[in-house]
Amino acid sequence: MKAKLFVAGAVAVALSAPVLAQKKYDPGASDTEIKIGNTNPYSGPASAYGQIGKAIGAYFKMVNDQGGINGRKVNFVSYDDSYSPPKTVEMARKLVEQDQVLFLFQTLGTPSNTAIHKYMNMQKVPQMMVATGATKWNDPKNFHWTMGWQPNYQTEGRIYARHIMATRPNAKVGILYQNDDYGKDYLKGMEDGFGAQASKYIVAKVSYEVSDPTVDSQVVQLQASGADTFFNITTPKFAAQAIRKAYDIGWKPVHYLNNVSISVGSVLTPAGLDKSVGLITAAYLKEATDPRWANDKGLEPFREFMKKYLPDANLADNFNIYGYTVAQTLHQVLKQSGDNLTRENVMRQSAAVKNLRLDTLLPGIFITTTPDDYAPIEAVQLQRFNGKQWELFGDVMTSH
Amino acid sequence: MSRRQLILLGVLLAAACVLPFVVSNYRTFQFTLVLVYAIALLGLNILTGYNGQISLGHGAFYALGAYCAAMLMDRAGAPYWATVPVAGAVCLVAGFLFGLPALRLEGLYLALATFALGVAMPQLLKFHALEKWTGGVQGIVIAKPPAPFGLPLNPDQWLYFFTLAITALMFILGWNLVRGRVGRALVAIRDQHIAAEAMGIHNSLYKSLAFGVSAMYTGVAGALGAIAVQFVAPDSFNIFLSIVFLVGIVVGGLASIPGALYGALFIQFVPNIADEISKAAPWAIFGVFMIAFVYLMPTGVAGAIRLLTTRRKVT
Repeated sequence: MKAKLFVAGAVAVALSAPVLAQKKYDPGASDTEIKIGNTNPYSGPASAYGQIGKAIGAYFKMVNDQGGINGRKVNFVSYDDSYSPPKTVEMARKLVEQDQVLFLFQTLGTPSNTAIHKYMNMQKVPQMMVATGATKWNDPKNFHWTMGWQPNYQTEGRIYARHIMATRPNAKVGILYQNDDYGKDYLKGMEDGFGAQASKYIVAKVSYEVSDPTVDSQVVQLQASGADTFFNITTPKFAAQAIRKAYDIGWKPVHYLNNVSISVGSVLTPAGLDKSVGLITAAYLKEATDPRWANDKGLEPFREFMKKYLPDANLADNFNIYGYTVAQTLHQVLKQSGDNLTRENVMRQSAAVKNLRLDTLLPGIFITTTPDDYAPIEAVQLQRFNGKQWELFGDVMTSH
Repeated sequence: MSRRQLILLGVLLAAACVLPFVVSNYRTFQFTLVLVYAIALLGLNILTGYNGQISLGHGAFYALGAYCAAMLMDRAGAPYWATVPVAGAVCLVAGFLFGLPALRLEGLYLALATFALGVAMPQLLKFHALEKWTGGVQGIVIAKPPAPFGLPLNPDQWLYFFTLAITALMFILGWNLVRGRVGRALVAIRDQHIAAEAMGIHNSLYKSLAFGVSAMYTGVAGALGAIAVQFVAPDSFNIFLSIVFLVGIVVGGLASIPGALYGALFIQFVPNIADEISKAAPWAIFGVFMIAFVYLMPTGVAGAIRLLTTRRKVT
């Protein structure tokens, strides 16, 4: 009996072995290389984001120095699109048609990715883990080949709504939002979070244009509405103005600030650190310069990476840890893909990440995807500003 | 036009027709963009090169043309070929109207006024009262037209030939315009506007007309660009586009018809080369290229070629 089983097992192994060993490749993959394409704004008005592309490039250089992924070197080809959608189209076509990359990864910007959304899905080339928080990237039914990465704006908005409902059921919420897809995404998230009670909670909604010089009058308007809770959906410059104005006119609401503008250096310092005390926001990544993580073992590999591969970069620049973490996520997907490096399989594997834990994410946050859920990070933790730094509180929260 | 020039032109056209069959679709797409830029640069050259009015806001007319095409196709269901003349007509009127008040401004002051137009355009396109038509920051995605009449061409090749035909037409029109009476009047105004007026040239009319025609060319280019790229958004048409156009005509050659083509090749390909040389400072490399061009060919590529051919004739 034992012998029989053994024989059966051996036959099974013998039969399955060739299947396992069979290597399948699409353009861009071979026995020695995996070619990945990317566009980033290295020049132009949004060139600060270009640091993400540089960090990802440096990460894969490190991976290659350590022997690559499943024995293959990663060839990360990144072009400058200067945040101009027509240039993104040109560069995406260059990457797909001329350079023959296996897929695109972390193409940056909501308008830039919108410009190539249709094209990538028609070509059936993955548009992997795009660098934008818009919610539309999580639409696997209509856009099978496009996937987001960071918690999207709607998720974040829903989480604030849940927190308000749980802690202060009689809150009156005033919302200030930027009048574009980014602001409306957040707004929709919060309204969805309140559900049927949205009209009971939200007492005022005021918008501003990116072209407005200040948001002072909007803040005064919100105070006049009698709101005791302020959801601040603004980009850095306006966030600083709103925080300062609310303080100066003596309005003391419970103040929720969107994750877009949580930089202590470029938002809270200009607004005034004393005026920022009590702000609440959501986070998912560790901050490298935060004293809380000074002795954190998990951040050590990141610090070494920065020292060796990005010696000139600013450690306080959050784009470095962002690039490092998203590249690690892709690393896992490619490891999972094994020797079957077809576009179909890479997409399948990226939709089958189970509870991936990365040390640069906040404790308790995991990356999970399924074929119906293309939103890798859906959990965040709330934090409150104490006048010097952000302090995490409560549990890790998800939108479900 | 001499016989030699005619033969050269014929060879060039033949080469342009063979091109999409020997290079990849992606390259074909790039050359389509070169043609699009060439039309826009020709338009700017009529205004700046021939008439001496500096515009830092032609990106705005390019945007206007692009949005005309995109909105007509997306909201009104118009066929792509019909949007090109409409975009041209809209920009002709817009350019003429903008030219009227701009007439009172000379040189640097006109440059500033047009700069304001270029800076304002992306924000106007985001204006939320217009969002129903413009799509706001999201922009408009449009479909790529397939080849008609069962021609054995893929969409990229067809679009290239469509653009090539319009480019040829626009260049012939431009050439006719500048070598005739109108062209001489434009140049006379540029060189000495008081003398021109003394000769009986209606200065303000010609200057506004130059503005209108120039905007029309740029608008046609914008419409073709939108069809080729299949997407318009406010961020596509920021102030850098206007500045790049100006760079294009100076590098290509002011007051030169073929100069528009050289300039288009420059603004299409040199940024890509710069990006390949250095990720850290692509604009520094681009700047080096620009300085080298201006230093070595102070009258643009067209001027340098002219100089070379006359020198050869002399020796």
